[in-house]
Amino acid sequence: MRSIFSIALIFSTLRLATPLIWASHGGMFSERSGVINIALEGIMLAGAFTAASVTFYAGNPWIGLVAGIAAGVAISSIHAVACIRFNANQVVSGMAINILMIGLPAFLGGSLFASTGSTPQIPKENLIPWTPVFLAFLLVPATWYVLYRTPFGLRLRAVGEKPEAADAAGVSVKLMRYSAVLISGALAGVGGAYLSIGQSSLFTRNMTSGRGFISLAALIFGKWRPVQTMLACLLFGFTEAVSIQLQGVRLPSGEDIPNQFIQIIPYVLTIIVLAGFIGQSRAPRAIGLPYQKER
Amino acid sequence: MLELRDITKRFGEVLANDRINIKITEGTIHAIVGENGAGKSTIMRIAYGFYTADSGEILVDGQVRRIDTPHDAIAQGIGMVHQHFMLVENMTVAENIVLGSEPGSAAALDLKSASQKIRALSEEFKLAINPSAVIETLSVGQQQRVELLKALYRDARLLILDEPTAVLTPQEVEEFFTILRGMREQGKTVVIITHKLDEVLAISDEVTVMRDGRVVGRVKTKDTNAAELARMMVGRDVLLRVEKPDADAGATVLSLQDLRVMGMDGTPRVDGLTFDVRAGEVVGIAGVEGNGQTELIESLAGLTEPELVSGRVEFEGRDITTATAKERKQMGVAHIPEDRHRRGLLLDFDLAENSILGVQDREPIVSFAGVMLDNGAIERRARQIIKDFDVRPANPALPARSLSGGNQQKLIIGREFDLHPKLLLVAQPTRGVDIGAIEFIHRKLIALRDAGCAILLVSAELEEVTALADRLLVIHEGKIVGEVDPKVATTEEIGLMMTGGHR
Repeated sequence: MRSIFSIALIFSTLRLATPLIWASHGGMFSERSGVINIALEGIMLAGAFTAASVTFYAGNPWIGLVAGIAAGVAISSIHAVACIRFNANQVVSGMAINILMIGLPAFLGGSLFASTGSTPQIPKENLIPWTPVFLAFLLVPATWYVLYRTPFGLRLRAVGEKPEAADAAGVSVKLMRYSAVLISGALAGVGGAYLSIGQSSLFTRNMTSGRGFISLAALIFGKWRPVQTMLACLLFGFTEAVSIQLQGVRLPSGEDIPNQFIQIIPYVLTIIVLAGFIGQSRAPRAIGLPYQKER
Repeated sequence: MLELRDITKRFGEVLANDRINIKITEGTIHAIVGENGAGKSTIMRIAYGFYTADSGEILVDGQVRRIDTPHDAIAQGIGMVHQHFMLVENMTVAENIVLGSEPGSAAALDLKSASQKIRALSEEFKLAINPSAVIETLSVGQQQRVELLKALYRDARLLILDEPTAVLTPQEVEEFFTILRGMREQGKTVVIITHKLDEVLAISDEVTVMRDGRVVGRVKTKDTNAAELARMMVGRDVLLRVEKPDADAGATVLSLQDLRVMGMDGTPRVDGLTFDVRAGEVVGIAGVEGNGQTELIESLAGLTEPELVSGRVEFEGRDITTATAKERKQMGVAHIPEDRHRRGLLLDFDLAENSILGVQDREPIVSFAGVMLDNGAIERRARQIIKDFDVRPANPALPARSLSGGNQQKLIIGREFDLHPKLLLVAQPTRGVDIGAIEFIHRKLIALRDAGCAILLVSAELEEVTALADRLLVIHEGKIVGEVDPKVATTEEIGLMMTGGHR
């Protein structure tokens, strides 16, 4: 049995944690402002599909990445309008977006590429395997700085904790929440784009396979704080990396470990982490609550 | 300094402010008094830009100004301290104060210079607030001073205070008034919204009285007295003192022996109480809120998990320490809860349905062996309660939500009195209730006492417990720190005991 712990495993962990870091930090902006963003999964799918399609046509991954960000912002704006303008239930709105984004790429892919789920292969030289990883680790201190060291961050946190206090101080609760949800769309869009034009070389149907939800779990596990959330993402990334390495490893009895069993490891870990730690983590107090001024 | 001219504001069908004219003189403390629903908070929220008036104008220093948002008000030098503090609990004092008008650039928040300014203001007005303290670690009185600082930091010249003393102990009220007088000396103008007449007389220079959305009186404080103000507020003569004969106490009804109630966090909330309540007497519990009164009353009503309760509770000699709420009710224990919305009413249910809570399984409310509700009997009972307790509007089909606080409370009191209880547990009977209804409720409680009921009363209003109680126990951190005779004890004496000091 060859050792599964190696330099390759570290790099693999970093790459697998990257989309989670982008999406969870996106979620952080939204949730710190008081808007639950369960739509991260759908936003990532939008980013992944758009980035792969545009990169394929434009032949340039940077244009593809920008398109992925734009798609993330566009999808999150639906969530923002539903939750902030129309006071919709934030979980229902997010879930609707997730369901929509399972179907929409397949539909668009069908008309663009005559396939029902995937985009064509992108040549290797048009992929960006490492830059988003590097940027993800700059995103963490940047997010921390914005949240804790700028007026914008102060207002954002106030709006998520006690919107009436922010309102009384002359801060526009709606404006803060709109910006926060759109930022979350942009960041989760990058996370999605990295899946299709960084980690792999095409978009496949439902390729996020729950990473949006895992990002949300990391956000909760990380107590809605940048560094802790990054550590949670690294933990989930590491588990995924290990589970990939374990594929094809034989048990002492000579049999392969069943693939299905290995693949459930990250999800089982998510459940354990959430069940075990959710009580200790205090959510922003106004999360999930639409803010309505008194008449 | 501030003048409101012909301000009218409607909320749907309700005319909250009807052509209001108020003039606030610079450098004075101006009280706005009125019963709940008189429109006093509404008019001040209009001045602060929380609401916009349907018609009328606002003048600041003689100039007509548009104040559509709190931002506009702040720009005109108007600040407001709300009844419920507008503070983010997990942030620091400095962060809360600068929120919305942050110093420094958009890229970097400058909390250092803000903290310096806050320290200077805190010293100037003797507020003793540390800018780096986190709000949730501060006492209520300190949080209120942070609210004052918030307005002062924004260079407010006029401070509007909405029911500022509701959450303070008598000592804190005195300190707070000293601060306000200091502000007046520094040239600030203060508007204080309240319904407590003794405070109006103690602190204000001028008074505007409101009733039913109108201004009904404008007087200089030195030219008026409590009786006159009460008459203007209510529109008729009001008895401010409770008149009651001495208690004729009979047999012991409730007896506590070393009662302890634990909180969910494992700390004791009620810490070894031993006392009796006898038939025909009112035992009052005075104390700053949150010192175990809620837990005491709820445990006696049978609403606490039995494993959190230890010690012994006897009712007419029987051990009821672990009896359920229903069993207690059947024995003759009635309960008027402190939070009528949480424990007292189903707000979306109508008055008739609310009037049977607690007797929903008894004859004649149910018939056919307990499976059918008898709507005729329910309505007759509801009408009787509504009539006896003057609940308005007198329509059993209205949802409880649509009634004013005082009328909701009268419905609950009527319902509990109708059980003909031997013991009444009553918490904050007149919270959020108008003066007129307070007088009514007090008279009803004394009448119940005189009919031989034992009453255990908890109230945050010191005046109320001293007026109603025949014996007064003072509670601090779950312990009884002393018993006083309410007829001779002074407010200062009781207030000191409430904060844990000895007499």
